[in-house]
Amino acid sequence: MSESKNENILDQVTNEEYKYGFYSDIEMDMAPKGLTEETIRFISAKKNEPDWLLEFRLKAFRYWQKMEEPDWALISHPPIDYQDIIYYAAPKKKKELESLDEVDPELLDTFNKLGISLEEQKMLAGVAVDAVIDSVSVKTTFQDTLAKHDIIFCSFSEAVQNHPDLVKKYLASVVPVTDNYFAALNSAVFSDGSFCYIPKGVRCPIELSTYFRINAANTGQFERTLLIADEGGYVSYLEGCTAPMRDENQLHAAVVEIITMDDAEVKYSTVQNWYPGNKEGKGGIYNFVTKRGLCKGKNSKISWTQVETGSAITWKYPSCVLHGDNSVGEFYSVAVTNNYQQADTGSKMIHQGKNTKSTIISKGISAGKSNNSYRGMVRIGRKAENARNFSQCDSLLLGDQCGAHTFPYIKSANETAVVEHEATTSKISEEQLFYCQQRGIDMEKAIGLIVNGYAKEVLNKLPMEFAMEAQKLLAITLEGSVG
Amino acid sequence: MLLNIKNLHVAINGKEILKGLNLSVNKGEVHAIMGPNGTGKSTLAAAITGRENYDITKGEIIYDGETINDMAPDIRANKGIFLSFQYPVEIPGVSMTNFMRTAINAQREFNGLEAIPAGEFLKKMEEMKKLVDINTKLTKRSVNEGFSGGEKKKNEIFQMAMLEPKLAILDETDSGLDIDALKVVARGVNELRSTDNAFVVITHYQRLLDYIVPDFVHVMYDGRIVKSGGKGLAFELEEKGYDWIIDQEDE
Ligand SMILES: Nc1ncnc2c1ncn2[C@@H]1O[C@H](COP(=O)(O)OP(=O)(O)O)[C@@H](O)[C@H]1O
Ligand SMILES: [Mg+2]
Repeated sequence: MSESKNENILDQVTNEEYKYGFYSDIEMDMAPKGLTEETIRFISAKKNEPDWLLEFRLKAFRYWQKMEEPDWALISHPPIDYQDIIYYAAPKKKKELESLDEVDPELLDTFNKLGISLEEQKMLAGVAVDAVIDSVSVKTTFQDTLAKHDIIFCSFSEAVQNHPDLVKKYLASVVPVTDNYFAALNSAVFSDGSFCYIPKGVRCPIELSTYFRINAANTGQFERTLLIADEGGYVSYLEGCTAPMRDENQLHAAVVEIITMDDAEVKYSTVQNWYPGNKEGKGGIYNFVTKRGLCKGKNSKISWTQVETGSAITWKYPSCVLHGDNSVGEFYSVAVTNNYQQADTGSKMIHQGKNTKSTIISKGISAGKSNNSYRGMVRIGRKAENARNFSQCDSLLLGDQCGAHTFPYIKSANETAVVEHEATTSKISEEQLFYCQQRGIDMEKAIGLIVNGYAKEVLNKLPMEFAMEAQKLLAITLEGSVG
Repeated sequence: MLLNIKNLHVAINGKEILKGLNLSVNKGEVHAIMGPNGTGKSTLAAAITGRENYDITKGEIIYDGETINDMAPDIRANKGIFLSFQYPVEIPGVSMTNFMRTAINAQREFNGLEAIPAGEFLKKMEEMKKLVDINTKLTKRSVNEGFSGGEKKKNEIFQMAMLEPKLAILDETDSGLDIDALKVVARGVNELRSTDNAFVVITHYQRLLDYIVPDFVHVMYDGRIVKSGGKGLAFELEEKGYDWIIDQEDE
């Protein structure tokens, strides 16, 4: 099957999913505002969860109540009233629109700039989509492929029902409920998310990306993802969507856990484009995310690639615990902030096994009055003989009212380890802009071009189809930032 | 007349650099501008191409019948004005191919044309690379990054050939070039010369003018054109040096 045909089919599957609602088996209902044990019992009951999971949630909640919101990140926001939030609401069915004519033209404009296909535009904007080909057979094709390889890929809730042993075994095995304030909160109230299990020796033949790009429109506020690659397994997984995402919920606190056994590899790519607030800094999503991977087995590998352009506040440190000998952790990040956005993001690489290797490439781009911080920690354990880390953190400033900051922490308890850290700060030069303009390229395109060049090393790590869109996304995010 | 500059005064940060410069260029002509360092040759190029902070305090630049004093630099470029930079800048991570395609498509969009088909673009790239004797690998690299001095200058001429300007200004494209590279640059220019376009060649040395034969030679000094003549003037300058003109001026 050709690449594009394949993608079409996947689009269809996901359209299908949307049309009938991912949560169609859940009654429409809503918890009252606020967070008490009652709320948690309500959520758990709604989801028909086993007792152990309810206990898990309650334990997390009790712990969370004793915790303090962290204040070490370089971000500021008015206090969050955790009792003023609705923690469970079955997703509202948006009113289906008849055609694209009814969609906000500004949104369509952005879709067009991103080069998103018409069909997909309809889907993302909530316009009724006609099934062009027999969607049942298409859906079967997608699931057949996964089933043929015994790959489990489903919503978290389904996994709890159908694969409780796997969920029980691995849930919170990488991010304990006590890990941090937001992880504890998520553990108490998580709504749904995804579950993926790659069995021994299986290389997942499809990028689990096209699926997610669509599905991302429906992800909840407290998302929970668990991804396991058993011995020799491989999967490439993309979360998020380049299209602008709006959500009425201001607070997002997701947890993603990855586990790789011997010789397994997981590539996890994220494109985050939640609503950043308006030009005056009003509104926008607070995105407090805990992502961590455990290279449990030897020779295993986990790569995080992220393109962060959205949210009013981004607080996020995708990390790797390199437990298995010879395991490899990678973090490639582009974080763009404009207007009043604040990003405090980076990575932690915890070296435990021998000959473990990690790479951190972080490209921060700040414009407007925004603040963009890299915060990273490299920790080499006592037993991590010959561990290697290379970190490179570059900051690019557009204008002189924005801020870029770098906070690298290094702790090494093994003399044979080599840790390298490089950091640069630069500005887009007037010479570069003029050079582009002199060739007929207007100011905004020129900024897009230069910024994309700057971020290329990271964008190259994205799955092909998204690399192109991510490039356009960077340019769009910075529109109006200079001149 | 393609370019008509009348009594041009240009200041940078309030300091006047061009002090009443006049120049007219017709289609099909090649003009050479010579003169000692710091007399404002590059400033003239910057003013014509619309660089920021080069404030036109008096006078007019008329291009193709239109006063362009306040026109954005990218619009000027798309209307056919090209500058071969004295110091081409590096743009890390942006491949020459991508840069060139973006530029060509900007120009085409400006002219109401569709984006260039990939095949046509690549064919043109190959053709023009040959013209200026540019290594294929060079266009895969980032714009000017790690290019030698000579490669940077050839790359400017390559871009000129790709964009087919009506008015090309070459700002000391010859300085720092060995004789072979100089011949390549000259070949590029001569190949593109037609009755539809014009060249303004800024140079220190008469040497380049052996290969790009100018119709007119102007001598600039202290923000003005102080002497104009045919190509013989270049030889005279070579022989007598600038002092000969400067002395006349300062009297
Ligand atoms: N960006 C600038 N800021 C201040 N002065 C400048 C700038 N660029 C050029 N100048 C001054 O303008 C004068 C003319 O410079 P330039 O046009 O580069 O001369 P040329 O190209 O003939 O050598 C010189 O005195 C130079 O110092
Ligand atoms: Mg000069």
